[in-house]
Amino acid sequence: MSQEQLAVYEVFIRSNRGLDHKHVGSLHAESPEHALMYARDCYIRRSEGVSIWVVESTNITASQEDDIESFVDPMDDKPYRHATHYVLPDNVTGM
Amino acid sequence: MQTLDKDEAVEQATFDQRISDEQKIEPTDWMPDDYRKNLIRQMSQHAHSEVIGMQPEGNWITRAPTLRRKAVLLSKVQDEAGHGLYLYSATESLGITRSQMIDALQSGKAKYASIFNYPTLTWADIGAIGWLVDGAAIVNQITLQRTSYGPYARAMVRICKEESFHQRQGYEIMTVLAHGTQVQKQMAQDAMNRNWWPSLMMFGPHDSESAHSSRSMGWKIKRMSNDDLRQKFIDQTVPQIEALGLDMPDPLIKWNEERGHYDSGEINWEEFYQVINGAGPCNYQRIKHHKAAHSEGEWVREAVRSYRQKQQDKKTENAA
Ligand SMILES: [Fe+2]
Ligand SMILES: [Fe+2]
Repeated sequence: MSQEQLAVYEVFIRSNRGLDHKHVGSLHAESPEHALMYARDCYIRRSEGVSIWVVESTNITASQEDDIESFVDPMDDKPYRHATHYVLPDNVTGM
Repeated sequence: MQTLDKDEAVEQATFDQRISDEQKIEPTDWMPDDYRKNLIRQMSQHAHSEVIGMQPEGNWITRAPTLRRKAVLLSKVQDEAGHGLYLYSATESLGITRSQMIDALQSGKAKYASIFNYPTLTWADIGAIGWLVDGAAIVNQITLQRTSYGPYARAMVRICKEESFHQRQGYEIMTVLAHGTQVQKQMAQDAMNRNWWPSLMMFGPHDSESAHSSRSMGWKIKRMSNDDLRQKFIDQTVPQIEALGLDMPDPLIKWNEERGHYDSGEINWEEFYQVINGAGPCNYQRIKHHKAAHSEGEWVREAVRSYRQKQQDKKTENAA
């Protein structure tokens, strides 16, 4: 069986307790359990993480970078959503 | 997700070790039942506060004095809705469902910050809320970025980042009013006076009276006591009141050189318990509105469910 007939899994690793899982790469595997073992062998050889998530790539719904302008409004016209937009008097601190 | 079964005593020891090592507890970890219950109580209460807190501010969106103020207020209220979502999702990781939490809120079993049971009588209340209420929330939330439950801590980091403009927009409103006409200045003073005490109450009862406090501190769910957080808030806020040129909302506020903190008067705890237990000026209205909004939105959830069912039926049909 060629690699391409196996499902692709995306691998996410939590490098330390308390942190988010981060995407680190992908691999081919025949089952989620298999993918988890592969991920362990491929991505955690130097204590890079304490927890692994594997997700079959086809289960990920992604936005397209080409569409990003029409899909995601960066809200650049709303500077008032940032704290720096509001000027405080010099004698006011702790905000 | 699954974890291996281990002897409970070993699990407890591992848990205790993690807490004492400042390690986070993650959803798949074993945790004591009471730790889980305590987190569900605190986190869902926090989520409910974000959501109910939209009502007093929402009251002024259509009446904001300028288009800019309206856009700012809309953005802020929108953020609070998002904060509710982050917190409900993080709470769900402890094994409670969204509908269970909403039931608890609507039946009065779960609480939310009592400050939101006060009315927003004038535009200056919007300034006072952003400045004092969000200010008090931020003091608390900054320490909660180090809470021991991972999903809660991460939600707090995200929320603190977004909170950054909430307090400043409120203070800006107050600054403009405090430097405006005599009537505007009076409006600012009045809104501050009314919101001051309920803001101090947001930190909860005195440490000596707080039922959950010491246990939560032991588990590092809470990182600073109610009284210490309240003092921190008072110390940072008094100079901000002075900068506005307003009179102190409490005549007993006075710098204490020896303590290195501001002294202040005693909170009316009778009022605090009355409002917490449902007798505040707006308790009834807040829950009534939440129920109405929730049931008016039912057709949307219904539509989503039936669309999903249709898609699934189509799939099985095609597969057959
Ligand atoms: Fe918030
Ligand atoms: Fe806020």
